[in-house]
Amino acid sequence: MQFVDLAAEGKINPLIPHTAELIVGAIAFTLLFLTLRKFVVPMFEKAYTDRTNAIQGGMERAEKAQLEAQRALVQYNEQLSKAREEAQTLREEARAQGAAIIEDLRAKAQDEAARITATAHASIEAERQQAIASLRNEVGTLAVELASKIVGEALDDQARQSRVVDRFLEDLEKSK
Amino acid sequence: MRDLLRSSAEGGGFVPPSSGDFELPPIFGDNVYTTKPIALVFLSVILISVFFIISSRKAAVVPSKLQFAGESVYTFVRNDLAKDVIGHDFLRFVPYLFTLFTFILVNNLFGIIPLLQFPTMSRVSFPYVLAATVYLVFHYVGIRKQGVIKYFKEIMFMPGVPKAAYILITPLEILTFFLVRPLTLSLRLFANMFAGHLLLLVFILGGEHLLQGVIGLKLISPLPLQSALC
Repeated sequence: MQFVDLAAEGKINPLIPHTAELIVGAIAFTLLFLTLRKFVVPMFEKAYTDRTNAIQGGMERAEKAQLEAQRALVQYNEQLSKAREEAQTLREEARAQGAAIIEDLRAKAQDEAARITATAHASIEAERQQAIASLRNEVGTLAVELASKIVGEALDDQARQSRVVDRFLEDLEKSK
Repeated sequence: MRDLLRSSAEGGGFVPPSSGDFELPPIFGDNVYTTKPIALVFLSVILISVFFIISSRKAAVVPSKLQFAGESVYTFVRNDLAKDVIGHDFLRFVPYLFTLFTFILVNNLFGIIPLLQFPTMSRVSFPYVLAATVYLVFHYVGIRKQGVIKYFKEIMFMPGVPKAAYILITPLEILTFFLVRPLTLSLRLFANMFAGHLLLLVFILGGEHLLQGVIGLKLISPLPLQSALC
């Protein structure tokens, strides 16, 4: 009814479309749609993908670097422990070597000592032999001397004679 | 026509703006393709195309200020509208939604830009065209996805509704999907722009009428009036 009133007053119904505007609207919209779809949307999508890739790539790089760092750390730790072990074995070896050297030296010193002792013993023995020999000589001489003394005195008492000799020998023994 | 009305109104009372004020005469002679709304529509197409082509030309990973501005609009349509509402497979509809969004936005903004000062969408033909495209896309996708029979069946006989209710619901659903929805889509946009511009006209013309006694204003009044009307 309102429409009828409007028409009666010579006014225009704003809900009636114009053919020219319909055509222009359709053309303009299609034109804009084609332009945006061809030139704008792909570029923005490309920017999106590039950005995503850049962020992902950065993250991957960081991850890789971290992995490498961890691997290096493990390697260094291994090397360190290996070096420690090596040092340990070296120390052990050195200790063993030192001990061996000391043992060696000790053995040598003992040998030396034994040798010296043996030499000393030998020389003592020789001297003793010598002394015994000279003593024997002296005893003979003394015996001859004594015998001549006894003979010169009196050889009548057999018992006394033998006592004298014994005493003499005893003395000799004591003096030694 | 308006000028005639106005001059006759000078002597008499105030003539309020009406739907006739939206019927602008052709700029060149009688050619109906040279009216202001049509020029504005083409202007909007050129502005939008140029702005987005320039801002998206480099498509750099680190955007410039211009690219950022263009991309913000695009991101809003792409992520906040398409992705959140459509969900999977939304990328297919982004160009269409992007066009719809920017086209309506710029044409509506024309209503408050001095000198242009005319919301193109207050001419009902343009919302009709846009609603028609929505209508086509909507039903085309639905039929494509579900097949003709199943699609119409789903619309007419909504699943999970008691059988008796179909008597009431089926006609309503058919009306909604095939008649009411395209109408409301276009009329909502049209009526908003129409009413907004009408209000603007009421303020400008009414203000001018009230201040007619002031001589200085009377001298300069044709200028803003002219820019508001044409």
